[in-house]
Amino acid sequence: MEQDINITIIDREGVSHKVQAPTDMAMNLMEVVRSYELAPEGTIGVCGGMAMCASCQCYVLNDTPLPEMQDGEEAMLAEAFYVKENSRLGCQLHITPELEGLEVELAPES
Amino acid sequence: MIKTDILIIGAGPTGLFAVFEAGLLKLKCHLIDALPQAGGQCSEIYPKKPIYDIPGFPEILAGDLTTNLLEQCKQFEPGFTLGERAETIEKQEDGTFVVTTNKGTKHHAPVVAIAGGLGSFEPRKPLIHNIKSFEDKGVEYIIKEPELYRNKKVVIAGGGDSALDWSVFLSDVASEVTLIHRRNEFRGALDSVEKVQELKNKGKINLVTPAEVIGIVGDDKVKAVVVSQSQHIAKEFEIECDHFIPLFGLSPKLGPIANWGLEIEKNAIVVNNALDYQTNIPGIFAIGDVNTYPGKLKLILCGFHEATLMCQAAYQIINPGKKYVLKYTTVSGIDGFDGTRKEAPKAVIKKIE
Repeated sequence: MEQDINITIIDREGVSHKVQAPTDMAMNLMEVVRSYELAPEGTIGVCGGMAMCASCQCYVLNDTPLPEMQDGEEAMLAEAFYVKENSRLGCQLHITPELEGLEVELAPES
Repeated sequence: MIKTDILIIGAGPTGLFAVFEAGLLKLKCHLIDALPQAGGQCSEIYPKKPIYDIPGFPEILAGDLTTNLLEQCKQFEPGFTLGERAETIEKQEDGTFVVTTNKGTKHHAPVVAIAGGLGSFEPRKPLIHNIKSFEDKGVEYIIKEPELYRNKKVVIAGGGDSALDWSVFLSDVASEVTLIHRRNEFRGALDSVEKVQELKNKGKINLVTPAEVIGIVGDDKVKAVVVSQSQHIAKEFEIECDHFIPLFGLSPKLGPIANWGLEIEKNAIVVNNALDYQTNIPGIFAIGDVNTYPGKLKLILCGFHEATLMCQAAYQIINPGKKYVLKYTTVSGIDGFDGTRKEAPKAVIKKIE
């Protein structure tokens, strides 16, 4: 479909998945992971996408331009574990055409 | 042994509404929850966030929804076992169940309703190499008994509401409170942040930021924590303390319920959707976010519906063969187990001359 973008997601077992994500359904990256069932239910998106649990933390692997981090996301990452320089919360990354080609790896469950 | 009609596992919105619906059928409920307070996710994760899809409430804060549900069911006098996790279930010869918690509290009921949401909330433990060996020897992930810290030196780590609120509370109890956070900014409610600022200025809270606890020192119990601070130049030092309390939030785990012989699919309990949300074990029901069936939606409002139908099935199990006629609360009023009665005011019939 025209509105779909291509995203590569490496799951927690290290398996790489190339998936298509729609840009016209108000979805975020965490929801894309859930809809493709790339992580077991209950281990991702626990708070539903409020940037309040960090269960959707992921590492951004390429230089796809991303929206700037808001205070809530930054504060949540300051309390999360396994945080790296390239950590983001999937629930705060809305699927837009600009994200075409994004590559991420899911952070370990904690 | 605690005896009740319906034993509800999980005191979130679905479990609390089940108390009300059961009460209308004169069935008594007791709830078990691993958290120290009722409300489940609504009170633990997002009490100050609004919900927009509770019928009749254009907007309600999750914390207020909990308060309202407790108020709505209070005349049915639910019992609570809080801060304990349901661990084992044993079916008795007469078909009833005994559920035992991790603290050994036993509950006996003919019907068990699992309203466990995403599972029981377990503390998220920081990645400190030797922390496990100090658990219950000065390291506590949840504060259950504040008096434990009376006149003790306490180090709290975390940047959210619970770290802030407990620092404020313990500043009056402990002899010394140190709050350590990875950043200078905190995520808590504004008044909590301001209160900590005030206590810091008065010297009642020792604030160490941006810093992280990276190790624990002690023999058989905590004597100090090793702190790595990165303001201006990176340095490592020890802070003497009797207790180290890491408060990094809680994450839900299905936990022991997964071993109860119930059919599980995608971390949820499979139920009979067409009828009454009973599981593969007769007498055990699963309602709310914890269950799954074709078309399942994890919404609070769906949990309310599931709780209502579950109570009808529980009534039939507890009162076999007894006829039940649906009554509107507006018509029948509500007779509480505490002797109170709520009813619609009588219509005024008066002649106009």
